[in-house]
Amino acid sequence: MIGRLVNFFGDTRYKRLRWRLLVVVLGLILIADLLVPRHHSEHFWDAIPGWGAVFGFASCVAIIFVSKFIGHKGGIMRDEGYYD
Amino acid sequence: MTEWLHPAMLMLLGALLLPLIRGTVQKLLSLIVPLLVLYSVSQMEPGRSGAVAFAGIELVLFQADKLSLVFAWVFAIMSVIGNLYAWHIEGTGQRVAAFLYAGSAFGVVFAGDWLTLLIGWEVMAFASAYLIFASCNAKAVAAGFRYLLVHVAGGVLLFGGIVLHGLQTGSWLVGPLDAGQGGLAYWLILVSFLINAAVPPLNAWLTDAYPEATVTGAVFLSAFTTKTAVYVLIRNYPGTEILVGLGVAMALYGVVFAVLENDCRRLLAYHIVSQVGYMVAGVGIGTEMALNGAASHAFAHILYKGLLFMGAGAVIMMAGRRKLTELGGLYRTMPLTVVLYMIGAFAISAFPLFSGFVSKSMVVSAAAGDHRAAAALLLTVASSGTFLHTGLKLPYYMFFGKDSGLRPPEPPLNMLLAMGIAAAFCIGIGVYPQILYALLPYPVDYQPYTGVHVTESLGILMFTLLAFVLLLKRLDPEDTISLDTDWAYRRGAALFMRLAKGPVLVWEQMLITLADGAGLRLMHRLSRLSLQVDLGVVDALVNGVAETARQGGLVLRRLQTGVVSHYAFWIIAGLIAVLGLPLVTGIGAR
Repeated sequence: MIGRLVNFFGDTRYKRLRWRLLVVVLGLILIADLLVPRHHSEHFWDAIPGWGAVFGFASCVAIIFVSKFIGHKGGIMRDEGYYD
Repeated sequence: MTEWLHPAMLMLLGALLLPLIRGTVQKLLSLIVPLLVLYSVSQMEPGRSGAVAFAGIELVLFQADKLSLVFAWVFAIMSVIGNLYAWHIEGTGQRVAAFLYAGSAFGVVFAGDWLTLLIGWEVMAFASAYLIFASCNAKAVAAGFRYLLVHVAGGVLLFGGIVLHGLQTGSWLVGPLDAGQGGLAYWLILVSFLINAAVPPLNAWLTDAYPEATVTGAVFLSAFTTKTAVYVLIRNYPGTEILVGLGVAMALYGVVFAVLENDCRRLLAYHIVSQVGYMVAGVGIGTEMALNGAASHAFAHILYKGLLFMGAGAVIMMAGRRKLTELGGLYRTMPLTVVLYMIGAFAISAFPLFSGFVSKSMVVSAAAGDHRAAAALLLTVASSGTFLHTGLKLPYYMFFGKDSGLRPPEPPLNMLLAMGIAAAFCIGIGVYPQILYALLPYPVDYQPYTGVHVTESLGILMFTLLAFVLLLKRLDPEDTISLDTDWAYRRGAALFMRLAKGPVLVWEQMLITLADGAGLRLMHRLSRLSLQVDLGVVDALVNGVAETARQGGLVLRRLQTGVVSHYAFWIIAGLIAVLGLPLVTGIGAR
């Protein structure tokens, strides 16, 4: 069973199915986040439905671009033999 | 003290016995002793302590409270898991080193006084370095020496701080330090703790050395050093404001570097830096909830990070590759490793029902509850980054992605079992957080499973996944290394050597040439001249004076006849000369 589960995520045959599954899951999360009771909010953003989705997506994009920018333009990424 | 054996003593005893036996018996002992340690920790109650007097100082060799016990529990669990994972290895040295390493970590968390703590601290540094050297290749040996260099420097700072603190306050007992009274001692001790906690810019020893350690050694390394540092920070520096900023910065620092990383274990090492950032920030916030959060996150972290290092280690051992650019497609033959690794990845990413969810959120909530919205938001950004790297990038390029053509089998059963136990803890703590919360130093009034918290966390994580899928090409690993602050001493050392071999050597040669050539000739001429002066002038003068005196003496001796009438004649002649001369000349003239 474990083999089949892992195979589902690896095999390119299931690519389309994986996309569909992802869209369904994301939709369900958004719906749940809209419906969830918000009487108890710790942070101000807890009161905004869909905050997590937007913040997560934006964070991920920002991390990728900012890091690659620093890495390439800031002289952080060097050839393997730099220290040799 | 008699009915309770200190875990450090048990581990030390085990370390002494291990070299005496071989084969399966040795392997069995390497499991029995950690199990005994686990039993010993379970028998310990908060409030017990044992002290001895040494050179006029009271050494509190062990002192158990809830804080030390929560760390002792997870250290004991990890000792069992780590030794099970290392069951197959044949080298006695690594087992002994791991025993001493874990034992000294117990020494630190149970230490009631600074000197006991210092001894544990130093043994940890050297025992852990062995696990790096044991890789037995040039890169590992070089990294091991750099690791030792940093930790010995840190140990010296700690020693200096402890001596100053002891002299200033007269107390050698560990406990919260006061910035206002401490002065230099306060800062020396803090910096030495920050080195071990891998707080940037003092982080590079970790990401430099851990990926070079042996497959089994890295599992121990990921557990003890940084978490012992978190423990001593909670114990001695709760509520230190500077730690909040440092913790948040290091949570993001690790994430940025993880994007750039190509070595699978170095990527995980950057996420140790990132995760310890949450704990350091928690210590800085300093409220009961934040300190609970730091302790619980350390507990959860040791288990899931151990699991992740075990997964990556299994790949390195079975596939013989460590770079993401050379891996890929391993899911076909290592599905169990994939699943076990992913449980660790879900735990570190704080998915609901996994351990990170119930521990990390405590720190973030504590930040928000303490009116630190910026800190809470930035830590949430780092959470997204954690899932991006540990949960998506690393497994994608290691197990899925392009097919590298490698078809390694699953690792040996003992490694899978060890990973299975760690995975069970990752899920168990996530599902029954009360087990962990009951161990925490302060009473827990926190409910991780609220509707908003679950949907918001899932939103953050799954939309991070969406961004990952959309930007996948941008994340392709590149065959590079990243410069970190170890540049300062790696390039600094090269620069120093160039300076030593260049200008300094030229200067030295010049001095030698000058001294041997022109200098020496001048010296010879000068000394010859001074010899001539000595012989011709000084000695001649002395000899001349002496000869004159001798000649004068001879003349005088000849004048002395010894006859009284002669003397009388000369006296009278003298008197006449003295008296008569004026009579003849002077008076006559008047």
